[in-house]
Amino acid sequence: MRETAGERWGRRIVLTLLTLFVVIPLYVMVTSAAKPLQDVQNGFTWWPSRPTLQPFVDMWSTVPLARYLVNSLVVSSIAAVCSVAVAIFAAFAVSRYRFRGRGVFSVTVLSTQMFPGILFLLPLFLIYVNLGNATGIELYASRTGLVITYLTFSLPFSIWMLVGYFDSIPRGLDEAAQVDGAGPLRTLFQVILPAAVPGVVAVTVYAFMTAWGEVLFASVMTDEGSRTLAVGLQGYSTQFNVYWNQIMAASLVVSIPVVVGFLALQRYFVAGLTAGAVK
Amino acid sequence: MATSTTAPDAGRREPRAGTPAREPARRPRGPLLPYLLLAPAIVLELAVHVIPMVVGVWMSLLELTQFHIRDWSTAPFVGWENYRATLDINSAAGKELLHSFWITLAYSLLSVGFAWLLGISAAVVLQRPFRGRALLRALFLTPYALPVYAAVITWSFLLQRDTGLVNHVLVDQLGLLNERPFWLIGDNSFWSLLVVSVWRNWPFAFLCLMAGLQNVPGELYEAAAIDGAGFWRRLRSVTLPMLRPVNLVLLLVLFLWTFNDFNTPFVLFGGSAPEQADLISIHIYRSSFKTWDFGSGSAMSVALLLFLLVVSAVYLLITNRRRDDHA
Repeated sequence: MRETAGERWGRRIVLTLLTLFVVIPLYVMVTSAAKPLQDVQNGFTWWPSRPTLQPFVDMWSTVPLARYLVNSLVVSSIAAVCSVAVAIFAAFAVSRYRFRGRGVFSVTVLSTQMFPGILFLLPLFLIYVNLGNATGIELYASRTGLVITYLTFSLPFSIWMLVGYFDSIPRGLDEAAQVDGAGPLRTLFQVILPAAVPGVVAVTVYAFMTAWGEVLFASVMTDEGSRTLAVGLQGYSTQFNVYWNQIMAASLVVSIPVVVGFLALQRYFVAGLTAGAVK
Repeated sequence: MATSTTAPDAGRREPRAGTPAREPARRPRGPLLPYLLLAPAIVLELAVHVIPMVVGVWMSLLELTQFHIRDWSTAPFVGWENYRATLDINSAAGKELLHSFWITLAYSLLSVGFAWLLGISAAVVLQRPFRGRALLRALFLTPYALPVYAAVITWSFLLQRDTGLVNHVLVDQLGLLNERPFWLIGDNSFWSLLVVSVWRNWPFAFLCLMAGLQNVPGELYEAAAIDGAGFWRRLRSVTLPMLRPVNLVLLLVLFLWTFNDFNTPFVLFGGSAPEQADLISIHIYRSSFKTWDFGSGSAMSVALLLFLLVVSAVYLLITNRRRDDHA
């Protein structure tokens, strides 16, 4: 099927406009991070006339960025790993067994994802605070509390996408393993998981991204010691100065790992979506 | 990214004549095993989603002001009082909530509409292979991959009145405006919020529609082309009908997300959203944590949830009925 001239030009125009829309903010982020503070405060310029890497140095001392970064790293990694571990078992059950309550489980888990976060925020805040008062288990303003919260946030989508992946693995493989005497768990670890590695990796990255980017709970459930990047980055706007160049530098640094991870794995997300949503 | 509705599961339960092989083999290894496998997930869901939700409903019936937050067992039960106070559209609080509701509705509908439009445009023009396609695809997905605060902070820099790119281009370079407008306060703030939200969300629509298009058999286009169908005709008669199942889920998911959106206004306006961009989540958040009145905050949250449940149910009913009509 040949492309007509009109279609070719239409395509070029659409792609150019979309590219500009997407690229301009990214371009500004990168170039502003390489400007001295004076240059970002005295009107906008397209090109950094006095390029400098100083903002990438200063950003660590203006706010305790290293601490926020460590907090975000610890919270997001633990939440991602735990979320995927829990999701693997749940997805295995949903994909390979028929049991009473299977439908209810799937529907409930998925629908929680659609509920307003603010609905959970107030009760969870009170539960964490009161639990801390009553038992001494510090969940409020602690990284543990954040880990538990975030790992549950990514759980529904992780389970759903892994079910799609597991469903696409032929059951003949399970049966062969069972003939060889493998129990359910050995079947899961030795047969199903090795075949679902791309799905598991994609889901891990997704869970990490969810925790890395969460703002609402981070803004309420953390204190100075457990603050994550989502809230910490606001520290660059002080009463006296807004360090736009350092904000852009810090934004760039905290974005690169997740953007690279997501883009590297995007085709597995597409595959997962194709297997799941698009049925 | 959390795409999720009940649709995939609902689809699975539909009778599918001719594909019995899809049903997994049943080899019960003791009826307990699946529950054991699910136990961690169930415990977490209960702890972080289900129980807080129930507690939230209970809280909405209490007079849970700052005096009772540290020890809420002392909070007096007031029944519907919180609902009456916050949802009465003749009271000041009710008027503000209603205003916030309309803003949020307009915001969601416009944001979803534009996100979908950009998503389908990109998915359709990238359907055919050409040099640089993979690069563009990755580029288009980048706004979605960025952490929301990094993306939104960058936009708030672009929209600064004196130092931002937007005014530099509009006023200094193109001379379209004589005065530098404020973008983050006043009437303009709504449109700023909308643009930022579309920028963030359209890649998700693009990703889903791209996945959907991969399932459209190429022969359909060949056949349409042989019949002399032009670009728009193919779009209307082949692409859009084939994408219908994706669109049904995608539009609902995007709507629910944008309606509940908190992050974009919170980061864009630094916690003090102007009233023209006072989305409902921000409204509830501020009225809860400013006055420490969690009772009425919970009442508003529950009302929001009920509204979204009704909208989703009506949407699914209408779209399902239409599907039955076509069948």
